[in-house]
Amino acid sequence: MKAIHQFIDSNVHPLFKEGSKLEKYWPVYDGFYTFLFTPGHPADGKAHIRDGVDLKRTMNTVITALIPTLLFGMWNVGYHHFNAIGIDATFFEQFLFGAIKVIPMVVVSYGVGLGIEFLFCVIKGHQIEEGYLVSGMLIPLIMPVDLPLWMLALSVAFAVIIGKEVFGGTGMNIFNPALLARAFAFFAYPTYMSGDKVWINTTGTEGMMAVDGFSGATALGEYATTGVSQYSALDAFIGIIPGSVGETSVIAIMLGAGLLLFTGIASWRIMLSAVLGGVVMGLIFNAVAPFALSAEQQAFMAVPFWQQLVMGGFAFGVVYMATDPVSGSQTDTGKYVYGFLIGFLSIMIRVFNPAYPEGVMLAILFMNTMAPLVDHYVIQANIKKREQRLALKTATA
Amino acid sequence: MADVLEKKEEAKDLLVDKQPKEPLFSKKNRKLLNDPLNDNNPITVQVLGICSALAITVKLYPALVMSISVLFVMAAGNVIVSLMRNFIPNRIRIIVQLVVVASLVALVDQVLKAFVYDVSKELSVFVGLIITNCIIMGRLEAFALGNTVWKSFLDGIGNAFGYAWILLAVSFFRELLGSGTLFGFQVVPDAWYLANGGFYSNNGFMLLPPMALITVGIIIWVQRARNTKLIEE
Repeated sequence: MKAIHQFIDSNVHPLFKEGSKLEKYWPVYDGFYTFLFTPGHPADGKAHIRDGVDLKRTMNTVITALIPTLLFGMWNVGYHHFNAIGIDATFFEQFLFGAIKVIPMVVVSYGVGLGIEFLFCVIKGHQIEEGYLVSGMLIPLIMPVDLPLWMLALSVAFAVIIGKEVFGGTGMNIFNPALLARAFAFFAYPTYMSGDKVWINTTGTEGMMAVDGFSGATALGEYATTGVSQYSALDAFIGIIPGSVGETSVIAIMLGAGLLLFTGIASWRIMLSAVLGGVVMGLIFNAVAPFALSAEQQAFMAVPFWQQLVMGGFAFGVVYMATDPVSGSQTDTGKYVYGFLIGFLSIMIRVFNPAYPEGVMLAILFMNTMAPLVDHYVIQANIKKREQRLALKTATA
Repeated sequence: MADVLEKKEEAKDLLVDKQPKEPLFSKKNRKLLNDPLNDNNPITVQVLGICSALAITVKLYPALVMSISVLFVMAAGNVIVSLMRNFIPNRIRIIVQLVVVASLVALVDQVLKAFVYDVSKELSVFVGLIITNCIIMGRLEAFALGNTVWKSFLDGIGNAFGYAWILLAVSFFRELLGSGTLFGFQVVPDAWYLANGGFYSNNGFMLLPPMALITVGIIIWVQRARNTKLIEE
């Protein structure tokens, strides 16, 4: 990386510099340059140390971490499509079909979201912020592949305007914008966001219909309604289950999580405690399963806790959404509480309310609301502790 | 203590009664009518009566009925309390106001049940809850108790219209986007719907109360963007 950076600095840089041939294109070059590398901006004013990781860099890392899930999601869409209509397809055909379905979603998400952001920047007269870069990638990944594009566009508009701009733009939002987009679509167009018809595209190939006995329900949906699923925990771990585009593969998510943790972009405290919360709730359910009210619920409660963690959007939500630095807790202790409750509530909601199998979305949005409260109590406790220490010191002195 | 209070009340009454005669629609009186429509709207500026604004704005028709009911209760309540203002003992004024409003609401409730039964069923508890509508109590307490009958009447009408237009605006958007109808008539073409081979789908979120709150919020946003007087420092 360093070598490439040096090469560009010494060889490409002069081409665009003032007085050189390509001077006109400096803004474009600069835009891409700062997109890829940390600009060498010196600190002005009093001396202070500036971290090389700026907002653009943070956003880029998260997007890079999302690429495995995106690629896997594309392939998974195609795989399930050809499975459902009963055609043997090569790996390449599957991937191509998925790409044709998913890329328009990404384009619409970015187009609408960035368009609104730019519009607000122009009206409000402030600098263009990079805030939407990650949300724009997250939103298509947490939607079902069959969602009509205009609904996606509307959800994006809602998330950016009501979720972010009314609060003052990037860094001011109280909710995770991507999840808000999903929640909007979920409540506005429930038939497109849940059930057993939306997760697998069956109409993309001309003249073909779904084969007999085909069921398009997600693993979670099957558990919630019948208490059994045709997908094993291993299927869910690898990701060959129906679901929102990017949420299915725990392996791909773990690759992303690895990068986020290695670079320190995402908080390991939140991830760890959220998984712990899920495990605890899963174990509680396992323990109380014999006392469940209905047979289906009993079967769902008896699902081993580790299988709960790999199904549905739990892993995706915990890794990419719960760790959102803006809407999450800011204090270290608060992060443990915040993460733990996300994991805990996710599993609870999905088991107790079959209408909302995707508990992780509601759990994270709920904890987004609670994060400032958690922080408040953590800070108050710290103040009290220090006051006591001070009182002790003055008493002994 | 009670003596002092009574004397104060008397002094206030004298002040009010000795005001010079003014035309029925003087500038001041017109302001009583206009102010609640925009600058001092009971819902978007004072943020009162939000509860019913969220609950009964799913469809236009119930919202209209509700608006008319509130209009009647407010105008009549303001007039009655204003008529009695010199006889109401200060300590029990809230109780007296409540009795007045409650009897009016009972009246409205019976009329609705008699003439528009289905809407009355739809509005259910919210007709009864007009009694506790903060706008009505607020106007009685803040205005009718200290002003002449005509002025109180204007104030009641003005505030009721301020309440009504927000209610109607919110329910317009909620019914149009949530059900595709206006006053029960299909507005969105049938051919647009997915079941008929179209692409459109009603927005179910619009039928839920949170979206009413957001719609009110957007109205407040637009109002403040246009009316810079309302922007707090």
